[in-house]
Formats: sequence, structure tokens, C-alpha cells
Amino acid sequence: MALRTEELILNVGPQHPSTHGVLRLEVELEGELVVKVKPHIGYLHRCFEKHAEAMTYPQVIPYTDRMDYLASMYNNFGYVIAVEKLMGIEVPERVEYIRVIMGELQRIASHMVALGTYGLDLGAFTPFLYLFRDREKILTMFEMTCGARLLYNYMWVGGLSHDLHPDFVRLAREFIQYFRPNIVELNNLLTYNKIFIERTAHIGILPADTAINYGITGPMLRASGVNWDLRKNDTYSIYNRFDFDIPVGQGHVGTVGDCWDRYYVRVLEMEQSMRILEQALDQLPEGDINSDLPKRIKPPVGTVYQRVENPKGELGYFIISDGSLNPFRVKVRGPSFVNLSVINELSRGHLIADLIAILGSIDIVLGEIDR
Amino acid sequence: MKKAEEIFELIKSSFPGVTVELSADMPTEPIISVDPLKVHEICKFLRDNEDCKFDSLMNLSGVDDANGEKIKDEDDSEIIKGGTLSVYYHLHSMSLNHKITLRASAPRENPEVESVDNVWKAADWHEREAYDMCGIKFLNHYDLRRILMPYDWEDGSYPLRKDYKNPEFYNGMKVPY
Amino acid sequence: MGLLDKEFSDGNIVIAKTEDLFNWARLSSLWQLSFGLACCAIEMMATSASHYDFDRFGVMPRPTPRQADVIIISGTVTLKMATRIKRLYEQMPDPKYIISMGSCANCGGPYWEHGYHVLKGVDRIIPVDVYVPGCPPRPEALLEGLLKLQEKIKNESLRTKTA
Repeated sequence: MALRTEELILNVGPQHPSTHGVLRLEVELEGELVVKVKPHIGYLHRCFEKHAEAMTYPQVIPYTDRMDYLASMYNNFGYVIAVEKLMGIEVPERVEYIRVIMGELQRIASHMVALGTYGLDLGAFTPFLYLFRDREKILTMFEMTCGARLLYNYMWVGGLSHDLHPDFVRLAREFIQYFRPNIVELNNLLTYNKIFIERTAHIGILPADTAINYGITGPMLRASGVNWDLRKNDTYSIYNRFDFDIPVGQGHVGTVGDCWDRYYVRVLEMEQSMRILEQALDQLPEGDINSDLPKRIKPPVGTVYQRVENPKGELGYFIISDGSLNPFRVKVRGPSFVNLSVINELSRGHLIADLIAILGSIDIVLGEIDR
Repeated sequence: MKKAEEIFELIKSSFPGVTVELSADMPTEPIISVDPLKVHEICKFLRDNEDCKFDSLMNLSGVDDANGEKIKDEDDSEIIKGGTLSVYYHLHSMSLNHKITLRASAPRENPEVESVDNVWKAADWHEREAYDMCGIKFLNHYDLRRILMPYDWEDGSYPLRKDYKNPEFYNGMKVPY
Repeated sequence: MGLLDKEFSDGNIVIAKTEDLFNWARLSSLWQLSFGLACCAIEMMATSASHYDFDRFGVMPRPTPRQADVIIISGTVTLKMATRIKRLYEQMPDPKYIISMGSCANCGGPYWEHGYHVLKGVDRIIPVDVYVPGCPPRPEALLEGLLKLQEKIKNESLRTKTA
């Protein structure tokens, strides 16, 4: 008589150290193999869109901070340029440059957390400590500019809340000097570590056509070999003035689009961000930052969809204005929200331990998934 | 690369008898309004047509237009009768690099829109969110249930409708401040 | 702390009240439930990482509630999450302590008015020992909150739990 077997349902989360927040995964297992993953989200649904309807346009900015709290600067960035596009405002040169500088620093900081916690998920504790040490330097620069470590409310419609601190440019240059060798150190410590490669190469392969159909964007799409970056392909602000490359996954140690590629694309992107930073710091013009700050922000009737390349992918703001002081509707297309939806596709047929590696490589932030 | 007007003409000639409208007076982007019960067909066409090739759905949002009649109910709060709920589709073609915006408006009392989740997988969660937040029912969606709000949240209570009223208690927890 | 410092250097006998000894042991090794909710969790992570080093106060993350002493509510508590937090709290063995970190956990924070899905303060479901204000609080503020909790534990008596 054959032994009766049945599938095991395992709940991972909402309190689990490697779900990066409050995500629940309902995993259907056949022995150790994953048959199906059903994500349950909404444990951090903070009603952003309702708040946006009840606030005036500038009052929404602090709430955008709190969506992707690892990349607050970039959330501000996307929102303010969406509103500026709706109103047809041009901002001063210096503001554009400062926004790009802040955005790229934020990208490095966000990737640091992504890479550090990814190592942590797979049992490497040291890179986490090293990267958080370096991240403090970026946070210090942000703090001396706008007074906050994590949630900045720095970019305003038509300008910025504060000008740069006099020491900022020097510190930023010093940081680039300091951080470049640390990427080499990270590579030696984690990237080419044999155990790490064993855990991530050939795991969770995402083919390019599936990725596009699922609307995957950001480092995850690029890791699948698609050369697509909104900073180049649908350029905004002044990104067309800078010379930088778009790293794509090449399957150095495994297959194109596996976890290792997703990890490594982020490492390479930090390098490219520093290239942009160097150029922006060199070209940074003098001037008044808030000369064109509008007194009343009251866009005309209309709709706008503006997307920017957030560290995690395409962050889109869809704003409907009815001509009043409050937005009629703000819908946010969060990159993590869309990227997470592919997890079932990625982890089918893998071991349960690989599920953790796959989830970490997506780099999700629950604040943005649930909003 | 095609303009929204050209794509509009293309849809109009390919789907005779289906109501499509173009509102180009918007300051930033023209919007093509389509029949909510033909959305699936049109989207499939837009994805597969050689001149369109809209291979990616950037965004899908549910919106309460609040264009119905506003009346006061017994406890003096406003409710909306009639009017429409809309779904906005932002499409983009990565190979041809053009974008369009579609809008499908359905009546508020029976907001039924065809699902496009087998055209673009990206639509799956977006549609569930639009259902959860605005109560738009997507026909033929394989798994239409709440996504952000708890599964046991009151039926027929959709937070992003403009006449939404917050409950006093949820599972014994006081909700208002 | 400081109670038994340098008292063992010469192999002496130490006389202390059981109460003091227990409290000292308790407050010097508070294992926190490793569990983050929202933005504050990032600051909590920064606190336990290299720069601020939570470890020097004996705080160590422990992923299971069954072996945790303190739970730091780091972020917005939503209605969907509230029942889960309550269950986590109930699974922790006594004595257990709660630090409410940040405005959201204290009172709903910026979501107090229109947050239809936000619990306005975690103290509506579980008792809080220390409130740390801020949005998000700096790591120093969290450390201060921890010191306050340790102070509270120090004055506990065996018969009645005050903290």
C-alpha cells in the first residue's frame, strides 16, 4: 500500500526576519520543494492615497517619504517633478543638480541596505555591518543638509527646502574617494564568496519576456539582460547631461537573470551612481535655489503620469487634478509592488531555503508595496 | 513611434461599432476612452499589433470620478448616487517607445470592467487593488479578492470612494483617533 | 548596572538582595524580538548595526517570541497587523517589556486623522512600558528609551511587576 502524502502549507511571516518587513508568504510545499507561493500583503497599508486626497499638494510630500523609506529622496523627486509637469514649472539649474546629487546618493544608500540585508539573509553578517557603517556617512550628509536622517521632506514643488551645507561638496567627494575601495572589499568579502555563489547562482531565474510581461523594472529587469533604465530611456530632470553606463546581468557565475545577477547589478549600479555624482559635483552651478518657488500650488485641471527610476525600479505617480488645492486622486505605481508579484513564478520548483534567497534578491520595501 | 491620435484612429478603424473617444484637451496627456466591456479585446489588439506593440502596462489605477448626484443621507453624511468609476491604463511600448493612456468608465451602481490580466500579468495585482480600494469588478479575473485591506473587511466598503465612511470598530479595535 | 562591577576581582563573597540580582540579570541582557514594522525598523537596524551598536547594552535580536524579553514596536501598527502583534506579545514569556518606538506606534503619528486602516497607538491593544517619540526617532533616542526601560526594571520588586 502506498503511503499517503499531502502537500504542506507553511506560513512565512508576517513576523519573520527575512521577509524584510511584514509580508506573509503562504508556501505550498512538497517535501522541501516549493509548489506555489501566495504572497499576502497589506500589513502595512497606511492609506497613502486617501491622505493625498485630503492634503494640499505640498503637504503630500512628507507622506511620499514614508512609502519607500529606504529611498525617501527619490520618492520626493518623482512626486515633485510630476506636479511640476502638471503646472508647467521650470526649476533653477542648481536645484536640478542638487536633486540629482541627492537622488544618486540615495540610490547608493538604498542599495547598501539591499546588499547588506541580502547577505544577512544568506548568513553573512559582516557585510551588513560594513555597509551600514558606510551608509551612516551618507545619512550624515543628508542630515547636515536638511536635518533628518531617514525621512527628509527635502524636495519641494519648484525648489528645495534648504540649500546645500557649505561642507557638503567636500564631504561628498571624500565619500566617493572612501567608498570606491570598499566596493572592491565587498566583492572580495561577499560577491565572489564561494558559499554565496552556491546559494545564489542558477537560483530564481527570470527570463526577459516574463519580466516585461509582469511589468518588472529596475535592477531586477536589468539583471535579466534587458538594457532599460528610465534615466536614459525616458529621461527626466537633467540625466541626459551625464555620462554613465547601464549595467545588465550577464550571468558571470550562473545564468542570466538569476539571484546573483540581481545582486551584482546593484553593486555595479553603485559604481555608476558615483560616476554621475562626480560629474554633477563638478558642474554644480551657483545660484538661488528657491527663486521660483510658487506661492500657491494649484495645478490646472488635468492628469499626469510621471515615472522615475527609483533604486528599486519604476516609481510612477499618476495625479489627477480637478483644479483645486488638493489632488483629486494620486495613484502610486510602486516598483516593489509590481516586482513582488512575480515571486510565485520565480520560486516554483526551488527548495524552501532558496525562497529566502529569491525574496531577498527582489529587494522589497513593504512601505511601498502596501502604501 | 506613434502619436495618441494615430493610435486612436487605428483603434477606431479596427473596432467598428465600439465607442471610443479621444479627449486631447488635457494639458499633459491625451486620453482614449474605451468601452469597459471591450477593454480586453482592445488591449490584446494593442499588444499584438505590429504598429503598436504595447508590451508593458506601466500602471493601472481605479478612480472614483465622483460625478454623480451628491445627496445627504439620514445621518447627514454625503453619499453619491449615479455617475461613474473609471480605470486608467498607462501603456508603454519598450520596442517602439511610445505611450498612451486608456480610460474605461463604468457606471457606479454596477462597475464592471473586463480584466486584462492575461494580456499583461502586471495587471493582476493592480486590478485587485482597484477592486479593493474602489470596488471595481473585473470580469474574468481569476482571483479577485481584497489585497491590501483585511479579507474580513466589511463587504461593500471601499476606502477610496469619495463617499467612504470609516467604521467605528474593527474586530473590537477602535478605528477613529 | 554598576551594581556588581569589580566586585569579583579578589574572589570575594558578594551579598546582594535576590531582587537586585534578578533585576540586574534581567536588565543586562534584554533580548529583543527581531521584528520590524515600518520606517522606524530601519532606524532600529541602524541602532543594532556598527555605528550605534545595540549589543553593548546586552540587546540581541532573537527571531522567536518564545525567547524574547522585549518587543520594540518599530513603526505603524495597522488593523491587519494588530491582531498578529497581540499574538506575538502573548507568546512571549513573562517578564516581558514593550518599547513603543516612533509616533505611529505611540498615537498613530501622521496617519492619525485619515488613516482608516491604522491603529492609533499600539497601547490600545498591548501595555507599553516606554514611549520613544520621533518620526522616526534617532538611534540615540531609542538608546535612551532602552536606558529608561533598564531603569524601570532596576526598581522592580519580586512581588509586583511594575514595569
